Amino acid sequence: MNLWKQPFLWATLLVILVFALIPIVTGSAALREDWLLILLYLVLASSINIIMGYTGYVSFGHIVYFGIGGYVAFFLIQQAGMHLVFATLIGGLVAVLIAVLIGMPVLRLRGAYFALATIGINEAMRNFVANFEPFGGSVGMFFNYEVYTAYGGAKDALWLAYYGMVVVALAVVATSFFVKKSKFGLGLMAIREDQDVAQVLGIDPARHKVTAYAISAFFPALAGALFFFKNGVIEPGPAFLLHRSIEGLVMVMLGGYGTVLGPIVGAFVYERLRSFLITNPTFSSFHLFIAGLLLLLIVLFVTAGVVGWLRQKSPTLRRVLE
Amino acid sequence: MTTDTSVILDIQDVSKRFGGLLALDRVSFGIEKGEILGLIGPNGAGKTTLFNAINGVYPPTEGHVIFQGQDVTGLPSFKLARMGMARTHQVVRPLSELSVRENVTVGACFGRENLSLDQAGRVADEVLAFVGLAERREMLAGKLNVAQKKRLELARALAARPTLLLLDEVLAGLNPHEVAGMLDVIRQIREQGVTIIMIEHLMHAVMNVSDRVVVLNYGAKIAEGTPTAVSNNQQVIEAYLGDPKVARQFLEEAE
Repeated sequence: MNLWKQPFLWATLLVILVFALIPIVTGSAALREDWLLILLYLVLASSINIIMGYTGYVSFGHIVYFGIGGYVAFFLIQQAGMHLVFATLIGGLVAVLIAVLIGMPVLRLRGAYFALATIGINEAMRNFVANFEPFGGSVGMFFNYEVYTAYGGAKDALWLAYYGMVVVALAVVATSFFVKKSKFGLGLMAIREDQDVAQVLGIDPARHKVTAYAISAFFPALAGALFFFKNGVIEPGPAFLLHRSIEGLVMVMLGGYGTVLGPIVGAFVYERLRSFLITNPTFSSFHLFIAGLLLLLIVLFVTAGVVGWLRQKSPTLRRVLE
Repeated sequence: MTTDTSVILDIQDVSKRFGGLLALDRVSFGIEKGEILGLIGPNGAGKTTLFNAINGVYPPTEGHVIFQGQDVTGLPSFKLARMGMARTHQVVRPLSELSVRENVTVGACFGRENLSLDQAGRVADEVLAFVGLAERREMLAGKLNVAQKKRLELARALAARPTLLLLDEVLAGLNPHEVAGMLDVIRQIREQGVTIIMIEHLMHAVMNVSDRVVVLNYGAKIAEGTPTAVSNNQQVIEAYLGDPKVARQFLEEAE
């Protein structure tokens, strides 16, 4: 593949980068917090899309890898004094390893059984961590202020976490694009359409699925590491929050599953909507209700999501939008 | 490539049991390179089950399958695909949300030649032109009509550049005109050196195009030979007499 002849990829990365620069240019901490959350959701949704949109396996409990990455990195930074960058990468690798070990048996399940199993994994992991003393048990862990001094103080440390999130977001989008355009990605989509046929055509389903699952576990773990570093505290509840997983699914469905652009659009629209609802006095308690309603409407009426719908509308858009 | 044996596939005493049902009962036969072998038998005789057992969809309960001189009994189908065995399905199974071209590219990518995406795309275009689907290449496969889906099944299998092709009722559901077109395609495939086993219910077609015919009934092989010999075989006629209409048709066509 000629990299320079991929205008869609470059345009998408550029748009994300420009938006991500807004807080940096303005130096506004409030905007930074907003965008950190949008990018976090973008990473989560794009990752879920690789296993759900490309491969056809709905991972309900995908947030488990966000929590694992967060906990591993937090532990390494606090206990071993490791630098954020290395701790984050190790958090990602641990998540990949766990995803491979879990994926090998669980990805044999099909349809609803797989979805249920992923919820079980997340709940099991949360309970395990809540009773695992080295990770602080149910109280979790928190940083002393000195941790941040290695990064030039708390203020700089928070910006560092943000830069990290921007890099992870760009990386996940590029990965999602290359997977989709590769032979491997074609294999995944064949499995999504009909696994038995895919196998007869020469595709090794187990290897493809486990690889896709491992990739989709890597990026949320990086995001988790950066997010909890920024928070300075990590607890089992917020780290393995099932409804954040489900919000990720809503974003994928809203934007368009199986497309590169869909999860990005979905994450942006959903996060903006969510923060509007949360800060609005009338709706603040209803944001999950509205998320559920949104999901219902999409599944009933626009199954393909925004980007999928646009792709169906015109052959030109189908060629341009990935 | 040459090997010392001219037998590409050897089926040795293959049985398949589903619970109390013996779907295949010690079936044995061989097929030589370049042959077209017709596999016939009444409904429920075990023809598709035999394909599944050969193709690794499920392992045979007993017996062996030797493909290109290698014992492949119980190997998963993706490994057989890479060794050069391709098949079509009786009930068409397009990868609906992928385009026609993508469907065929999958076959080329993961088949015997293990091509890169670019090379596979070129093979897909060639094969699509060959089966007459070139102008539908960008359509979603799910939107094709039945005859086109049958051709797509065939194209996907051919794109793998197989040495052995298992065709499961590619003619069913086609009108006479489409059947003639498909038979032409099948003959051309054989001319390219591909060995073919075809399950077929259309007697005139299978008798016309096959070099040899194997007849199954209740999971057991009851006859094997040239189309003429098989259609004069008493046991075969009796097997089909279960359905008088088919039997009459069969007898007429054998004349």
